[in-house]
Amino acid sequence: MTFSPQLEARFEKLLRSYPPGRQRAALVPMLLYAQDEVGAVTPEVVEEIGRRLGVSTLEIEEVISYYSMLRRTPAGKHHIQICTNISCMLLGAEELWEHACRRLGIGHREVTPDGQFSLEEVECIGACSWAPALLVNYDYHHHMTPEKLDRLIESLRKPQ
Amino acid sequence: MLYNEPSPLEVRLLTRRFGLPNSASIETYLATEGYVAFRKALQMSPEQIIEEVKISNLRGRGGAGFPTGLKWSFVPRQSPKPKFVVVNADEGEPGTCKDRVLMENDPHQLLEGMLIAGLAVGAHTGYIYIRGEYRYLIEIMDRAIEEAYQHGYLGKNILGSGFDFDVYTHTGAGSYECGEESALLESLEGKRGIPRIRPPFPAVVGAFQCPTVLNNVETFCAIPAIIRDGGAAFAALGTPKNGGTRLFAISGHVNRPGVYELPMGFNLLRMIHEVAGGIRNGKKLKAVIPGGTSCPVLKAEECDIPMDFDSLARAKSMLGSGGVIVMDEDTCMVKVALRIMKFYAHESCGWCVPCREGTLWLKKLLTRFHEGQGRRSEIDLIGGLARNMLGRTFCPLGDAAAMPTISLVEKFYEEFEAHLDGKPCPYEIKTAVRV
Ligand SMILES: Cc1cc2nc3c(=O)[nH]c(=O)nc-3n(C[C@H](O)[C@H](O)[C@H](O)COP(=O)(O)O)c2cc1C
Ligand code: FES
Repeated sequence: MTFSPQLEARFEKLLRSYPPGRQRAALVPMLLYAQDEVGAVTPEVVEEIGRRLGVSTLEIEEVISYYSMLRRTPAGKHHIQICTNISCMLLGAEELWEHACRRLGIGHREVTPDGQFSLEEVECIGACSWAPALLVNYDYHHHMTPEKLDRLIESLRKPQ
Repeated sequence: MLYNEPSPLEVRLLTRRFGLPNSASIETYLATEGYVAFRKALQMSPEQIIEEVKISNLRGRGGAGFPTGLKWSFVPRQSPKPKFVVVNADEGEPGTCKDRVLMENDPHQLLEGMLIAGLAVGAHTGYIYIRGEYRYLIEIMDRAIEEAYQHGYLGKNILGSGFDFDVYTHTGAGSYECGEESALLESLEGKRGIPRIRPPFPAVVGAFQCPTVLNNVETFCAIPAIIRDGGAAFAALGTPKNGGTRLFAISGHVNRPGVYELPMGFNLLRMIHEVAGGIRNGKKLKAVIPGGTSCPVLKAEECDIPMDFDSLARAKSMLGSGGVIVMDEDTCMVKVALRIMKFYAHESCGWCVPCREGTLWLKKLLTRFHEGQGRRSEIDLIGGLARNMLGRTFCPLGDAAAMPTISLVEKFYEEFEAHLDGKPCPYEIKTAVRV
């Protein structure tokens, strides 16, 4: 399987980051960066990265199942991750979460039929002082309300 | 970028560059005493650097508050193995969002702190372990690293001193447990984040089985100021044995939540009322979790307290990561206990039975309780189960789950009683909504 030149450059830099003989250290970053490009950690991704690092498929599977951001199937184009942990909960994150589910007609770790949106209820994302907070892919949105979420979804839906 | 207005009560030492134009750039950094401390450290012996850090009374900002100078002194002087500097930028403790602003607004301050640590222990390589969700910060740090190489502050023979130092960022991929130092080191090696048995501590056997200095982002960020202005000046800002300032992340039911840099020992009530603008909607204060969800809760009447490690320990709580979670009178404390346990059950790595089974059992019990299906005998069972986890796990995640739970049951017993016999939650199923 082939990756984009940008991703290859990133991999190359990663592999130079660790002490000699410690290339396995690049495993988790490689999986996550590959997922960002491919959409998921597919069996092909596992095989390719395993081949490059000399790590068995089984060992990689073991690692994937540990990390919550690594996925076997693609998320939506806009992956909305709503924090419902304590600071966000105190300011209405559970209501925000339910609103999002109703609005998109999907639940936790589900994808809309058109592949545009997916939802995930997540633990603290480091935005507690600007709660309630959510991430769309890697972009932070602070001080959310159901109305702001509606507007956000509309703006994401528009073809760019 | 700043996400909240600063407060006039702040003492801005680590955040002094926040708000300057291009505060993250090396030009701004160099124009504002950037890398001055590193130049000074190049003229000092490793012992002198460590001594200065000891004098500063700097204690780890990651949670446990261990004296930083002492930690550095545990790294063996003579070692046939290479040594490493590792930054814990996993920032996963609920209620905590301070490392994020430090890296976003002043990435070079962190790099300078790492360089000085490298000089102090004789390390030539540093890793910044950044949680996966903080992707934009990896980009900011990578840019800063590149600038530092271009300006000769990283690489070989830095400033002609003969000292070499390289820094790399490393992304996590979603795991609170990877913030625990030994799990972080496992994760850095490309494995599941399962904690290691200690001793040996990372100072002796750390990254890649080599001696390692591992500290929180904020801890490293305090180092340049300490070396530049002297450890004594830093110590003088705080209280005895609690040097310097601290970035407090205030969240919850206050008018002006935000991250504020305040001297160690700043009074908690003043923090809530004067810095954060008091409780929203004119409500009354009910409780505060003073340092992230791993810390025992304080009732309103316990909040007239100096925010430093020792004062909070005396009050049987902890300063932890500096995440101050403020709850008003309409907050259901059973719900709070449940949400906290749901988090720990989700994040338990599964390695130790008391933590894996205990958090899950408590989550189920608290869920049922909050739905009004609790039985009287089970109130004590909640506290008992939590107590049985204390000190019986490889890493402190089990304690982190148990401590707030024990305190919530003890201090808000009547709220647990109010959920018995099918009674609906007096605060309604959810905590008050005030969006
Ligand atoms: C479950 C758990 C999670 C932790 N998460 C973090 C974290 O996200 N960031 C952090 O700096 N320390 C975290 N710690 C504390 C680290 O284990 C370690 O004590 C700290 O990084 C040391 O740095 P310091 O001495 O500068 O505080 C965590 C500890 C535990 C038990
Ligand atoms: S609790 Fe939601 S971001 Fe921290």
